[in-house]
Amino acid sequence: MTCRYGSEPVLVNVDLTVREGDFLGVVGPSGSGKSTLLKAIAGSVRPVAGSVFRRKDASIGYVPQVETVDWYFPTTVREAVLMARIDGRVLPWASRSDVADAELTLERLGLGGLGSRHIRELSGGQQQRVFIARALLGQPRLLLLDEPTSGVDVRTRHDVMHLIHELHHDGLAIVITTHDLNGIAAHLPQLVCLNREVIASGSPRNVIRPDVLERTYGASLEVLSHGGMPVVVEQYPDYDEEAGAQVVSLREGHHEHPA
Amino acid sequence: MNTLLEPFQYGFFRHATLVAVIAGALCGLVGVYVVLRGMSYIGHGLSHAIFGGAVASYALGFNFYVGALSWGFVSALLINRVSRRRAIGADAAIGVVTSASFAIGIAIISVIGTFTRNFEAALFGNVLGVTVLDVWLVAAVGVFAAAVVFFRYRQLLFSTFDPEVAQMSGVNTALTDVLLAIILASTIASTMTVLGVTLIAATLVIPPVIARLLTDSFHRMLFISVGVGASCGFVGVYLSYYLNWSSGASVVITAAAVFVVVYAWSALRGRRSAVAGLDAH
Repeated sequence: MTCRYGSEPVLVNVDLTVREGDFLGVVGPSGSGKSTLLKAIAGSVRPVAGSVFRRKDASIGYVPQVETVDWYFPTTVREAVLMARIDGRVLPWASRSDVADAELTLERLGLGGLGSRHIRELSGGQQQRVFIARALLGQPRLLLLDEPTSGVDVRTRHDVMHLIHELHHDGLAIVITTHDLNGIAAHLPQLVCLNREVIASGSPRNVIRPDVLERTYGASLEVLSHGGMPVVVEQYPDYDEEAGAQVVSLREGHHEHPA
Repeated sequence: MNTLLEPFQYGFFRHATLVAVIAGALCGLVGVYVVLRGMSYIGHGLSHAIFGGAVASYALGFNFYVGALSWGFVSALLINRVSRRRAIGADAAIGVVTSASFAIGIAIISVIGTFTRNFEAALFGNVLGVTVLDVWLVAAVGVFAAAVVFFRYRQLLFSTFDPEVAQMSGVNTALTDVLLAIILASTIASTMTVLGVTLIAATLVIPPVIARLLTDSFHRMLFISVGVGASCGFVGVYLSYYLNWSSGASVVITAAAVFVVVYAWSALRGRRSAVAGLDAH
């Protein structure tokens, strides 16, 4: 399929299959079309060429980037999660069984007892889990997560990824986008390198390679092996020397600061 | 006691109070969505556009409300349509559509050469001359808006909070937007003779903002906003009788006063809980 925003192509001739039980990571630079790919799979972005085939019974849950959420919106955790229960429901209040399902999901995701809290009052990891809970309450077969670990600390990242792996174990097919090559992508069973088109796909060992990364990111990246897993090392120019030279020139021109 | 109840012996005042209470509740209800969707400027702009339609309708010999309602719907849909074009943006779309409509209204008044009480009421709000038709109209719009919010509560909430995911989850967000635009246009058209087009935006915005300061829950915000809107409508019209102010101004000043009190109280409460939080640590 090919997707465009206006005349700007965002995805070009992307050919991808997600099967039952798959766990797929999508990596690529900013603006490479990762989020658009998820939205096209979910059906909110329509391809201008080609198409997306979804199995009729393949319900999809979508977890947005937390940066896009309005954290000041007046909604409690329970209200936010129950938004997923919308099909065929006419009355404004949630049924007992919907509330019970929501409580069970919140409990399972470690959010038990937080249903009455405002969404802003939670930690970063808890906030992410609220939106995973909302997606799960729609009883999906496929879960799409857009950068679920962006902007969180290492501990929270581990917690969130642990939860996503558990959900995969329970039989959910999962597609996540990430910028984190070492912390997340290298640990996933399958990867897709995307930069408007699919540059490479396969296991991390086959995909995380210097030539593929160079074509994906347009930057030279070194790949080492650690315990059989690829580790990406970024090559930085030696900024220290430049910075040092600037500091010296500033000091020469202005004040001297005693060490 | 008799002095306090004196205004209610007049039929026009009873009608005006009833219209103001229903209009306040209605604006409080619709205003929650207007505020949370960042559409406050639409409320302001649409009220001006509707004025143009009302005047044009009057000049052509139709009922005041026919033009107000029909032009309100058209403007709301036009704004909805134009604002979808990224190159233009919602604020510019509102500016174009509504200012042009208002200008048409003013131009027609210039041609007619008279500025009737109807137009003055539509601009600034006036309890005098509120008819039984006004009461029925605002009540009908109130029932319609309440029914839409009741039966499409979940769709409206989801598409207000997270329109993209709502659409992915099967919510017809385009239909929801159109429904909301229709409710907003009919709310403004039906309440403008009491509240005035120049002041109606405030009655759409202030009660939800007060409610937001008082709760973090969406459904409570709806109830509080409706209650605050209705109360301010009642108190505002009542005060306007004694103070001889225009009813729209009186309702808005009442709501603004409540806002100041609630804002001060919530700021104090916030400081108190922050201090309590520090003490706890």
